[in-house]
Amino acid sequence: MTPIAPTFFFYFLSAVALISAILVITRKNPVHSALALIVTLLSLAGLYLMLYAPFVTGVQVIVYAGGIMVLFLFVIMLVNIERAMKEEEFNKQWIAGLIASLLLGGLFLAVYFKGRAIFPSEFTKIPEQMNTQQVGMLIFQNYLLPFEIASLLLLVAIVGAVVMAKKKLS
Amino acid sequence: MIPSTDYIRLLPELILIVFGLLVMLIEPLLGEHNNRKGLGAIALMGAVLSILASFYQTGYEGAAFFDMIHVDTFSIFFHVLIGLIAAVVILASFEYLNLQQIRYGEYYGLILLSSVGMMLMSSAVELVLIFIALEISSIGTYILAGFRRNAPISIESSMKYFLLGSFATAFFLYGVALMFGATGSTSVYTIATTLAQGATPLAYVGIALMFVGLGFKVASAPFHIWTPDVYEGAPAPVVAFMSTGPKAAAFAVLLRVLFATEAPGWFWLIWASAVLSMTLGNIGALVQNNVKRLLAYSSIAQAGYILVAFAAAKDIGISAVIFYAAAYAAMNVGAFAVASHLANVGEKYVTLDDYAGLGRRAPGLAAVLTIFMLSLIGIPVTGGFLAKFYVFQAAMQSHLTGLVIIGVINSAVAAYYYLRVIVYMYMREPQRDVPVLKMPFALGVSLAACLAATIYLGVLPGRILDYAMASARVLVR
Repeated sequence: MTPIAPTFFFYFLSAVALISAILVITRKNPVHSALALIVTLLSLAGLYLMLYAPFVTGVQVIVYAGGIMVLFLFVIMLVNIERAMKEEEFNKQWIAGLIASLLLGGLFLAVYFKGRAIFPSEFTKIPEQMNTQQVGMLIFQNYLLPFEIASLLLLVAIVGAVVMAKKKLS
Repeated sequence: MIPSTDYIRLLPELILIVFGLLVMLIEPLLGEHNNRKGLGAIALMGAVLSILASFYQTGYEGAAFFDMIHVDTFSIFFHVLIGLIAAVVILASFEYLNLQQIRYGEYYGLILLSSVGMMLMSSAVELVLIFIALEISSIGTYILAGFRRNAPISIESSMKYFLLGSFATAFFLYGVALMFGATGSTSVYTIATTLAQGATPLAYVGIALMFVGLGFKVASAPFHIWTPDVYEGAPAPVVAFMSTGPKAAAFAVLLRVLFATEAPGWFWLIWASAVLSMTLGNIGALVQNNVKRLLAYSSIAQAGYILVAFAAAKDIGISAVIFYAAAYAAMNVGAFAVASHLANVGEKYVTLDDYAGLGRRAPGLAAVLTIFMLSLIGIPVTGGFLAKFYVFQAAMQSHLTGLVIIGVINSAVAAYYYLRVIVYMYMREPQRDVPVLKMPFALGVSLAACLAATIYLGVLPGRILDYAMASARVLVR
């Protein structure tokens, strides 16, 4: 399927992502920040879709906008918001932040104008219906071992969390 | 359909996973106040079986699981080394856990599971798998560092290791991503063929970032800042484990990434890191009074010597790296095992002053520690001497005279602080009353094993060296 008005949607989604990202760091109430972050993540999901990557879009929505967001909200619920809101925010380092972001911006511009040769000029286009299918084939064939062994990684992390949270024996 | 030989090529890891899970399953059945020696015995059995499985693999060399892992002499060597480290550390932990009242069976489970990660790192030929294996081994050790839960210093150690470690892993992952961008593959051998046709700047950045991540894991300068704090706070047997196992595994990965991919542009990175590690490590160690911190700085310096062999490159340098990793594991595990015994309840006695007069109070223990120190200096008849000798010989053959001179000067500086430990033990009067406990049997066995390995590598290096050489040839091809 050919996309409709890709230029418009690219700029629209990018603008939404940028504005909501700025809201994430400027809101004092962490719940507002978290909500703005959802908007950022969703508009990024839209951008992935425009790059013919429906699987990444799905993962972005389910894992980031879904799972990780819930985790954030849990943490926000556990800490005392009233007190956190009264506290001075640590945006004192805005000079350092400004320099860093200017440098990063400069880098992006340099790459955009000069660095085309760095990146491969062409990429293989995969029909979007096949995308998720192919990811599935890869995961359960070539990447079977990393996929399965990742469960061990999660197990170790869970064991660690349990050990650290266990009550101490006197 | 996956052929059954594939499972044999994964056998050591599978055995460790099974035994690790077994430990976890039995742990809740034990009473809260029982000791966990039984679990330790199970874990020990797992480690020994996995070493045997690694030997069994010699008949089954080749790729498995769609070219994810390669079983060859190189991977078998590191499998056996990591298995031995795990076994010796488990032995050394039996009494230690009782003494410090650490009654969590998860300790043994985590040692086994993080060994799985390290073993996979040495046989993986796919950056994605290497990353996951690296994470398994790292997360396991982050947690192990915090096992003295009553001591704030241990929690601090775990926290610092975790935060900085995650940061370093992110660098590694970024490097992998850029490498994928540059070559279109994450398989080490495919990357090699792509890079052979010319490398883009992206590949150089990828290599550099991966080196940052791995440099952290091996505690090489300038990514070494965490080392003294983490080693000081973590339980001593855990330090014995994490200063050797993950290091050996990370060196294995570095060998694969740099040499099997024939990656470009790493020479000066390694060169600078080697010089910095040797110099900063040795200078830092000069002023330490805490033995664990001293050994931490010493391990930074030792990482520097190993990097010298990297710079020397090709098969002779690689075999020197492999030999050094084995010799270093033997002497370092031994030194930390002694420190863990002397530290006593709550790790109270860890300063050099507490070691004063040890030569009279516990002559056997002092003698053993002396041998490990001499080996760390690089005195003949010990593994440490030959390891250093091969490293510098390899560097000379590659005409790295400058690096050799810096290395030799550093070894001379290093002798000062290692000898200082010996001087304290034999020539100083004790400042305060430091009790030395009776040597428990299990710890005695593990010390004997380290001692035997150190002397064996120093006197009869032939077999290990041949094996290291064969492994190096596999890698270079």
